[in-house]
Amino acid sequence: MSTLDAHASGGHHEEGSYLSGPPGMISRIWQWASTVDHKKIGVMYLVAVLTMFFLGGVAALAVRYELLDPVRTVVTQMEVDGVMTEVVSTTGQRLDPIAKIIGADDANQAYNRLFTLHGAVMVFMFIVPSIPASLGNFFLPIMIGAKDVAFPRLNLLSWYIYVVGSTFGVLSIIMGGVDTGWTFYTPYSTSTDADHIRVVFMVLAAFILGFSSILTGLNFVVTVHKLRAPGMGWFDMPLFIWGLYATSIIQVLATPVIGITLFLLIFERVMHIGIFDPAMGGDPVLYQHFFWFYSHPVVYVMILPGMGIISELLAVHSRKHIFGYRAIAFSSLGIAAVSFLVWGHHIFTAMGELAAILFSGLTFLVAIPTAIKVFNWIATLYKGSIAINTPMLYGLIFLFTFSIGGLTGLPLATLSTDLHLHDSYYVVAHFHYVMMGGTVMAFMGGIHHWWPKMFGKMYNEWGGMLGATIVFIGFNITFFTQFFLGTQGMPRRYANYVDEFQTLHVISTYGSWILLLGFLVHLVTLLHSLIAGEKAPANPWGGLTLEWETESPPIEHNFHHEPVCTHGPYDFDTVVPPHCDPKDYPLPSNPGSH
Amino acid sequence: MTTMTDTNNPPVPERIAKHPNFWRNRKHAEHFRNHDEEFDAAKFGMWLFLTTEVLLFAGIFVAYAVFRMMYPDAWSNGSHYLDWRFGGANTVVLLISSWTAASAVRCAQMNNQKWLKINLIITILCAFIFLWVKLQFEYFVKLGDGKAPGTFFSYPNAHDAHEQLWWSLYYMGTGLHALHVVIGAGLLCWVLVRSIKYQAYGPGEYTMVENSALYWHIVDLIWIFLFPLLYLVH
Repeated sequence: MSTLDAHASGGHHEEGSYLSGPPGMISRIWQWASTVDHKKIGVMYLVAVLTMFFLGGVAALAVRYELLDPVRTVVTQMEVDGVMTEVVSTTGQRLDPIAKIIGADDANQAYNRLFTLHGAVMVFMFIVPSIPASLGNFFLPIMIGAKDVAFPRLNLLSWYIYVVGSTFGVLSIIMGGVDTGWTFYTPYSTSTDADHIRVVFMVLAAFILGFSSILTGLNFVVTVHKLRAPGMGWFDMPLFIWGLYATSIIQVLATPVIGITLFLLIFERVMHIGIFDPAMGGDPVLYQHFFWFYSHPVVYVMILPGMGIISELLAVHSRKHIFGYRAIAFSSLGIAAVSFLVWGHHIFTAMGELAAILFSGLTFLVAIPTAIKVFNWIATLYKGSIAINTPMLYGLIFLFTFSIGGLTGLPLATLSTDLHLHDSYYVVAHFHYVMMGGTVMAFMGGIHHWWPKMFGKMYNEWGGMLGATIVFIGFNITFFTQFFLGTQGMPRRYANYVDEFQTLHVISTYGSWILLLGFLVHLVTLLHSLIAGEKAPANPWGGLTLEWETESPPIEHNFHHEPVCTHGPYDFDTVVPPHCDPKDYPLPSNPGSH
Repeated sequence: MTTMTDTNNPPVPERIAKHPNFWRNRKHAEHFRNHDEEFDAAKFGMWLFLTTEVLLFAGIFVAYAVFRMMYPDAWSNGSHYLDWRFGGANTVVLLISSWTAASAVRCAQMNNQKWLKINLIITILCAFIFLWVKLQFEYFVKLGDGKAPGTFFSYPNAHDAHEQLWWSLYYMGTGLHALHVVIGAGLLCWVLVRSIKYQAYGPGEYTMVENSALYWHIVDLIWIFLFPLLYLVH
């Protein structure tokens, strides 16, 4: 891929970086608030989703804090006025102060609200929009050589819808929060807190956020179809784009179903239409079918963009042509297709034997395209010239943690073992290994990989690697222990437990503090880069995809001239990367350049 | 319909001819290579959006199917409560409006400004007739009888305990559809206003007419499924 030579065609007109703007605070803010530039919208999404990640993370830390010790009733004998008296007290209600603040009855209810808050914020406001809406928005058009997404105004609208939706969610939290769990299962979600609006607000938040998700997905599908650079066929696209494309298809096809589900749920709650209420002949299991028909495909909305990022990171930082390009591309579509057929595995116990067997079998199918990807990534690394830096470290962490997450899913798909493991901490650990060990690790890797391009500043490599290492250690300490807890019978969503589980719970909670430390190191490193980072070159990693051809940060319209695609995204063997010295990037096919 | 040339239209007033919204003055957005690409993208986006509409209503249809299997008597009674003549009349109204919406697109392609507006007006009128029939002869009458959704249900002569559920689903399905009728009519009004004020649509620029008409067709199509399921099947 190469842009038509700007200098040969008479130099380029002066065009500033997308970050430059008019002087004055007010006009700067207005410029960002009214922008239709996909890059600015991507950055705005990045700020928004990271804020939500912080909020959800605080809730997670509070949940782990409560679990440091079980609730114990302590009876002490004290001498009062010369008489021995028994004084009864309880310990381990660590969330009591928070319970007072949020108006919960006791620490247990505060715990229930906080894990709901953690789930709802992390799922609907962080992880679903995280990669596609931030890095995807910023890089999808650039990587296919377009000036913008197909519908720029719709793109801005979807950001505002996201903000409105998140506002409803935060409002619900400020009012005291909900304790329904992020899945809003009926009849609980339709009957608790009957005199209060906050459950409606939280459901409404998820409903509104769905529109934002649909619009982003729709925009991306059309952009990929219509705006690829001349010469860029479907199989010349970077694999990140394939990942986003598969994601977008799921977003468009699955999100409307959660739309109607939450729409019915709101009416169920405010006027008891009875569709999900067994007392009126309705069926709560129908709610679960509807809910998971969206919410299972959506876990692939969460992971597919991460897989796309990993394909980029591993290829660029090991300077190897990605192994099995088509296999990875098609496996993304394969995962998207299978994702619609497996929702039943969330409700094995609520359906007949035959249906459960079918869903179990279909669930195993997901393992095939997923394993194809992992094998191809490992084969890509083989004999590559691997650079150890933060993005590559996160790529390797992803391979490690995501593989554990994927493999531990198989016992959950198996009916006989699932009977023992379901609704236990094993599920929590599996889910977090896939979502956090998968998506969040890929997201962090992607942020570091593209940071120089997005903001034109290098980050401190040691700071980044230190953060990644601490995150990796903290993550495994937090969640690996939970596999043991789960297999030993610790149920999920409980604020209290029997004494035997305490050691593992304490280790897990300490792990969550290490995780916090790791993310703080990242925060400091990235803020330091923004304030005092070295100026980034146009192509710091020697990447071949189109975003490395334009300046860092990119100019307002991405490219001075429409780029023409002349080589594949991973042809490291035959092409010297743009803006790079051939001496630094010797080609095996051309020994003379050594 | 014969092709209309500009000579068949009254001369374009100066104010409109110079207005950037006049269809001859429309330029494609700068991130597209040409106008055709922009049109294709917009139309493709609209079709994807229509897919989401189908999936949105899929929830209603699935719930209908599930409860129909669970409570066949209540469902049979339910459709007997509805008068097929009102539903049928509304079906005819929507079919006519779909035809005029399609004609409006054709008129824009042919630069027939007069009939573009007439077709749009007929379509919008049909939307109002639909809503009027729905409210005046169906919703209001039934709500008066106590055949209301959820907690408001107070119909004393129900034969089956689950008829309440039928009415809930009836109001959810037709209500959501009516909301789409209102949105569709709103889109078409927007198109009408712009074509009156600026002659904004013509052979080179009819994306908005086409996409609004597509939206209107999906509204029609959903009704084509709701009508027999609710009114005709016993």
